[in-house]
Amino acid sequence: MSTANTVLKLTPLSHWHEKHGGRMVDFAGWSMPVQYQSVIQEHHQTRKAVGLFDVSHMGRFFFFGTDVASWIDGLMTRRIAGVDAGKIRYSLVTNENGMILDDVLVYHLACHPDDAGAFSPSQESGESFYMVVVNASNREKLVNWFQSHIPEGSDIRLEDRTEETAMIAVQGPRANEIIAKLSSIDPESLAYYAGVVGKVDDQWAILSRTGYTGEDGCELIVDARVAEGLWEKVADQAQAIGGGASGLAARDTLRLEAGMPLYGHELSEEINAASTGLGFAINHKGRKFCGDEAIVKSKEAQKDPVRVGIELVGRRPAREGCPVLVDGARVGTLTSGTLSPTLEKPIAMAYLSPEFSPVGTKVDVDIRGKTHAATVVTLPFYRRPKS
Amino acid sequence: MESEVKPEELLFAESHEWIHVADVDGEKIGTIGISAHAVEALSDVVYMELPEVGATVAREESFGEVESVKATSDLFSPVDGEVVEVNTSLPDNLEVLNTDPYGAGWVIKVKLTDDQGLAKLLDHGAYESQCS
Repeated sequence: MSTANTVLKLTPLSHWHEKHGGRMVDFAGWSMPVQYQSVIQEHHQTRKAVGLFDVSHMGRFFFFGTDVASWIDGLMTRRIAGVDAGKIRYSLVTNENGMILDDVLVYHLACHPDDAGAFSPSQESGESFYMVVVNASNREKLVNWFQSHIPEGSDIRLEDRTEETAMIAVQGPRANEIIAKLSSIDPESLAYYAGVVGKVDDQWAILSRTGYTGEDGCELIVDARVAEGLWEKVADQAQAIGGGASGLAARDTLRLEAGMPLYGHELSEEINAASTGLGFAINHKGRKFCGDEAIVKSKEAQKDPVRVGIELVGRRPAREGCPVLVDGARVGTLTSGTLSPTLEKPIAMAYLSPEFSPVGTKVDVDIRGKTHAATVVTLPFYRRPKS
Repeated sequence: MESEVKPEELLFAESHEWIHVADVDGEKIGTIGISAHAVEALSDVVYMELPEVGATVAREESFGEVESVKATSDLFSPVDGEVVEVNTSLPDNLEVLNTDPYGAGWVIKVKLTDDQGLAKLLDHGAYESQCS
């Protein structure tokens, strides 16, 4: 991948990554650390203690205006209108054909009047507000998508605050205890997928009990100018308990073990939302949204490929694009694959023809011309131990 | 045990494989492995796909692959020849790629059918400056 002629965007933490041995790569136009030392070690430290991830490249859109909730609701597969302040919803954004434009988190935050000065200066005191976190690769597309759906004459407004803020994911069984020490709010006091505006290390932050690793933990959104100072403090505390900074490669193996889809792999504009197995994030009951009818149609027809987990025999990792075969005939394609550092087995996700998607189905995976025995298994591959 | 070979006695391909050629019973036998630099750059090697004894290898063509957690990389032969020995214990002891890349971490031995390719390879000094 040659990026010599591209000027990559830097996050507020890029300088820190470079100083600390981060191998920087182009990820959706951002200079991001793929790893610092060993991917496997960065994976394990997150499962066992705490991993610190710079996810500032993800887009952060703030929405303002009258009836913004019902408007956002019309563009999300998941119900947003009527969701209590303080809650966060994972949702898909689909086009009119039910095809996936992105997967996002929609935050509904109850903004304390004092807090309004921190994150929504243009807003009336005491009002709640909505924020959507989108994938870096889809940021521009989604800005345009949302803008083009604002009705004429409406006071709804989107502010893309990605580059004036930073986003840090602190993940792992000991993540919350570190943040609790620095924060006015103990992350443990938040429900899973809840978020608040509060102070972390004496700086305003949106603190949420969310993540993309399959571990407990939280994510922080802070002013770009204070990000490095906060990151250093959290990194020092993490290191003291056997954790530390983890790169995008470990983030990928962690999310794959946790069975979580990644846009551009398991999710794309070629894939109908009904195919993804993300039924929990699609809600038709008593509501309409963009793409809803096409999703219902795909679901009823049961002809579109289905997202599955695959475990291979042996140790050879299979990769995205590998054909999946049954009796020599192609029945699907891998969308992600790696050697699972936790399970020490090759794992993958794939889209398969519905008749071959049941758990337990024996398949073959063609890795560069050689077939390897594999089985369709239940997702996720890894579930964190209940504390 | 392999005879001790220093990196300075090896030739390197730009694609990061090394070769050590010795005369054995009148045949030119090349021992091929992966440079320390490449092993470090790959990091987290988790699997190797190696050829069988008797397989034909060709200069600058893939004879196997090395898998890290995040990517697949081809191994390219620096010479034309036939595989006469494979380090079959390597896939189960991948850590020797890190600890002894120029000794116990050898990958295959090849009977050279043509040593033309050797002239195009880099000595250790030239290889190191390519990597720096």
